[in-house]
Amino acid sequence: MLNKLPITNKKAVRVAYGETLVELGGLDQNVVVLDADVSSSTQSKLFAQKYPERFINVGIAEANMMAVAAGLAACGKIPFVNTFAVFCTLRAGDPLRSVVAYPELNVKIAGGYSGVSDSYDGATHQSVEDIAIVRSIPNIKVIVVADATEARLATMAAAKLKGPVYLRLSRAEVPIIFDADYHFVFGKAHELVPGDDLTIIANGYMVYKALEAVRILNQKGIYPRLLNMHTVKPLDEEAVLKAARETGAILTVEEHSIYGGLGSAVAETLGQNYPVPMKIMGFNDRFGETGGYDEVLAKMGLSAEEIVRNAENLLTKKAKR
Amino acid sequence: MLTAEEVTRLQTEAAEVRKEAIKMATRAGTGHLGPALSITDILWILYSRFLRYDPKNPAWPERDRLILSKGHSCLALYATLAKKGFFDESLFQTYCNKLHTLLGGHPERDLPGVEANTGSLGHGFNIGIGMALAGKADHLDYKVYTILGDGENQEGTIWEGAMAAAHFKLDNLVAIVDRNNLQVSNYVDRVMNIEPLPEKWASFGWGVKVVDGHDFHQLEEAFSSVPFVEGKPSVIIAKTIKGKGIPFAENKVEWHHKVPSAQEYKELDEMLGLGAL
Repeated sequence: MLNKLPITNKKAVRVAYGETLVELGGLDQNVVVLDADVSSSTQSKLFAQKYPERFINVGIAEANMMAVAAGLAACGKIPFVNTFAVFCTLRAGDPLRSVVAYPELNVKIAGGYSGVSDSYDGATHQSVEDIAIVRSIPNIKVIVVADATEARLATMAAAKLKGPVYLRLSRAEVPIIFDADYHFVFGKAHELVPGDDLTIIANGYMVYKALEAVRILNQKGIYPRLLNMHTVKPLDEEAVLKAARETGAILTVEEHSIYGGLGSAVAETLGQNYPVPMKIMGFNDRFGETGGYDEVLAKMGLSAEEIVRNAENLLTKKAKR
Repeated sequence: MLTAEEVTRLQTEAAEVRKEAIKMATRAGTGHLGPALSITDILWILYSRFLRYDPKNPAWPERDRLILSKGHSCLALYATLAKKGFFDESLFQTYCNKLHTLLGGHPERDLPGVEANTGSLGHGFNIGIGMALAGKADHLDYKVYTILGDGENQEGTIWEGAMAAAHFKLDNLVAIVDRNNLQVSNYVDRVMNIEPLPEKWASFGWGVKVVDGHDFHQLEEAFSSVPFVEGKPSVIIAKTIKGKGIPFAENKVEWHHKVPSAQEYKELDEMLGLGAL
């Protein structure tokens, strides 16, 4: 299931996604792919090369792309809309909400370059708000992809699901965490590491950071449970509550604002059902910035070392209860 | 060419559509009556003479699609769809009058005959582009008609879409601009001038015709000659009168979202023969 640490084998999530679009194109004639002229970034170009007649480049016009996708879906197509996460949730946010989500049309929204994965292009191209936006819109299912293996499985799952799905993808090459046996179940948390001292809930690239943190914690005699919460909506509340009951403390880690994302979703569940000490790690009400990917993340406090520190703090809080 | 009899018939029937729109708005005490009345003749001739549809099978894949991009004008669409058999006229009583009504303040796909949820301006037109692309991809010869407000031409997405439709050579797409010169707060040219409108659309690569939107001869001629230019999408700029049919509402900015008072309804009843609500 899990590749062994340290993982040196890396692949970009966007490449695995692009390859999966090609695979899907062969499986279903109704799959059509749209891009707002960033297909070499999103890797939808792989589909364009194989199925040019089913690829639509709308130019730099994201809002138009979203509504055009709605029209295609209303005629039975399965459109995959591609652009950067920041543009498909904000620039095209109104048509995403009112003409895709409201009538629950079968449009798949692939948010590329999410988080700070496009680290050197700076804050205008990065996205640390997208999950908060899509999570608040009814009818949209939200999946955050952790690695290349999961990218393929999540994309296949999104195609099968009825209605709008937001796939959060990324630019950077990231370690391949999951091997070929990985079983992705939409809507279900995936337990990577069993443990009872506390629970770390992560998604996206932060799953890898959390794995590194778990290794360090283990060396200190601390055994956290690690959940990959790839599906942010609908949230696997059962897994969250089970973790709260069994481990008594929850630490969430995400490459997103601490407002409105995975941590918020988990806090909403815990606060209303089974409050335990918790900490939300993410972008602390600030934009990303330019720099090396891991460098920017570390500056925002998203590193294995910071996860370890926060886990230890939580254990202290838990002990005081 | 329409015969004189055909024109009289269209006029009489369109007048009935207007009456139902007026009655629904008055009954519910809400509705965008003015902008519904300006497109009534356009809708009526389209559903009477041009659109291919089967009201008993509204999901028929080969049907022509009509999207009311200016969704707030739905009163005219509701009345038209019912008169053409998509649903029973008894539903008029539920317009904005009942929880879970299918006839809300903006059109939704749950109502048979409605192709898109519109209301947020500058998107319905673009949904139509997607439908026209699907028609081309599936080698189906249906047409997609979208009705836009003139004020709606201020939305940037309209021009994103206009560019794309021409680029993709969507000659199965027809846009109708309801050029009634008014928008919610004032005259269009005082709020944000959109002229020269025919030249704008032409320069974006569309075939353009300007007609009197209440003259059935001109509408017949325009819709019969679609596409105006082979390989290009067609736009009809229809000069219309906001509030057409209610003498005291015509060309009045406040009638964008206003309904007749009891006294006004009485006057209209005497004038048009509306009958009891």
